[in-house]
Amino acid sequence: MSEPASLARRLEVQLGPKVVSSIERKGETTIEVLPENWLSVAKTLRDDPAWQFEQCIDVCGVDYLSYGQTEWDTTDVSSEGFSRGVEGKGAGRFSWAERPRDTNIPRRFAVVVHLLSIAHNQRLRMRAFCEDDDVPTVPSLVEVWPAVNWFEREAFDLFGIVFEGHPDLRRILTDYGFVGHAFRKDFPLIGNVEVRYDPEKKRVVYEPVSIEPRVLVPRTIRDDSRYEQAMAEREAGAK
Amino acid sequence: MEEIRNYTMNFGPQHPAAHGVLRLVLEMDGETVVRADPHIGLLHRGTEKLAESKPYNQSIGYMDRLDYVSMMCNEHAYVRAIENLLGVEVPERAQWIRTMFDEITRILNHLMWIGSNALDLGAMAVFLYAFREREELMDCYEAVSGARMHATYYRPGGVYRDLPAQMPKYKESRWHKGNDLKRFNQWREGSMLDYLESFCADFPGKVDEYEELLTGNRIWKQRTVDIGVVPPDLARAWGMTGPMLRGSGIAWDLRKKQPYAKYAEVDFDIPVGVNGDCYDRYLVRVEEMRQSNRIIQQCVAWLKANPGPVIVQNYKVAPPKREEMKEDMEALIHHFKLFTEGYCVPAGETYAAVEAPKGEFGCYLISDGANKPFRCKLRAPGFAHLSSMDTVVRGHMLADVVAMIGTYDVVFGEIDR
Repeated sequence: MSEPASLARRLEVQLGPKVVSSIERKGETTIEVLPENWLSVAKTLRDDPAWQFEQCIDVCGVDYLSYGQTEWDTTDVSSEGFSRGVEGKGAGRFSWAERPRDTNIPRRFAVVVHLLSIAHNQRLRMRAFCEDDDVPTVPSLVEVWPAVNWFEREAFDLFGIVFEGHPDLRRILTDYGFVGHAFRKDFPLIGNVEVRYDPEKKRVVYEPVSIEPRVLVPRTIRDDSRYEQAMAEREAGAK
Repeated sequence: MEEIRNYTMNFGPQHPAAHGVLRLVLEMDGETVVRADPHIGLLHRGTEKLAESKPYNQSIGYMDRLDYVSMMCNEHAYVRAIENLLGVEVPERAQWIRTMFDEITRILNHLMWIGSNALDLGAMAVFLYAFREREELMDCYEAVSGARMHATYYRPGGVYRDLPAQMPKYKESRWHKGNDLKRFNQWREGSMLDYLESFCADFPGKVDEYEELLTGNRIWKQRTVDIGVVPPDLARAWGMTGPMLRGSGIAWDLRKKQPYAKYAEVDFDIPVGVNGDCYDRYLVRVEEMRQSNRIIQQCVAWLKANPGPVIVQNYKVAPPKREEMKEDMEALIHHFKLFTEGYCVPAGETYAAVEAPKGEFGCYLISDGANKPFRCKLRAPGFAHLSSMDTVVRGHMLADVVAMIGTYDVVFGEIDR
């Protein structure tokens, strides 16, 4: 790759205040852009001969609800040891506004785009946080890269992110007539409805799920000093 | 006078040439396609969401089931993403094994493709011949992992176990006996690497056989030459990768441009098309099989000469050996923690891509420091390819739609995820 170390800085210089932040870690560059600049930055990145990101490899919706949350509380010790039961806080048990631990994530929904420049053999990750948590909206990039058409439909289908200016924003992966957005963190893994054939009505019927959701392995975060050490060394090395 | 108007036609999801569960709503003007609207998602299983609800290692098996004709390449992208975040160095021998199995997978995939594409376009025999060689390679999958397709062989930090010292043999039965049995077992006297050596010596001749059936075949050329032409600009704009991009004359291959595993150390060429039609993509894929064969030969030579560990000795990521667990309390604890809770991956995000047989297969992982991925996005090449269907197929005849589906090499496991 041609000078990956300076890609983030060069982008900051050229795009100026349109880049909210830029991070470079292990040769991967990420820039964050506000939704109002989303389209213009994309056009610059595609057309400017300095970047030439002629391919949009991937568009990915992210729901940051419950980011950094754990399901297993190790402070709760009984005489028998730690409880492995999952109760209390967890994805789907609190709303975005009352999330327990404050992380550095400003908004609930984000759109992440992976770009590839064949001419310069370079990759770039671009992220925009959607303004409104209830109706997350980002401008569509279809006019810049036609390839994002289906990827944006997918993010709309699974996360409910609305892409303004998309010519054909239909559901793509879920069933015809599906209700809800399946990949949101507050959508249960087992879904909301189940399907069976009703011999009396002689047709397929939809009913609310009859099984309880359960967690087999609790989500755990361990503050591992080795990783912190490695991270600190890496950052010291970068400077 | 009767009124003549366009009509809408349903192609699939039960059509044998729809390669699984593609439902294509075609608006036809006579026999010409005016608009094609693929309806996908009939095989949507929510793999990404399932991966987010499980410890990292438990999702490797799901990757096999995405593109279920190029199993190990999908695993490779996923374990590479985890290794990126963990900062784990993979032992050299494991990297060579991965390179070798990626190429075995590529041949497996292209054989499936050449067979089914030819079958779609009316050539019955190729399908039967292609499965003969697929069988031989799937035996290699079985020898290392016990499973013929869904191997779950790659693990973060290496591969599950070393290559077997003895290739399993056919036993005598009512169906396998006498000279037949001898013929079946003639390659299987030595190790798996010996077996692969015999296979690689034999395989180019088999590719010649397929070419004999198709390359100069008049019917095959009538069905593919100048059909589904994808100009380079269109290929770039629609996010095409792999043989779809190379068929249009762009020499882009992640194995060369952003090498991973041991691709920087093996010698191979990238075939490139000229016209970007179905016939060129056919030629590209056939040549890729020959190149993969070359890479496998180089990997076999290296692996024969260099024994060594195949997975990292870091017990926080990879389990200790079973013998150690019998004696060592520490090893037992590590094993228990790994298989109950898993390992926590430091917070961060990464995108790891591999050159899968169909194109760029990528895995975008976001970790918040937990033992499960926070977000796991899988970038399937077929998804991007199929989205260009409407643009490419417009103005073609109905029968060409079948040729186009074949040349896209669609597999719904990865498109619907």
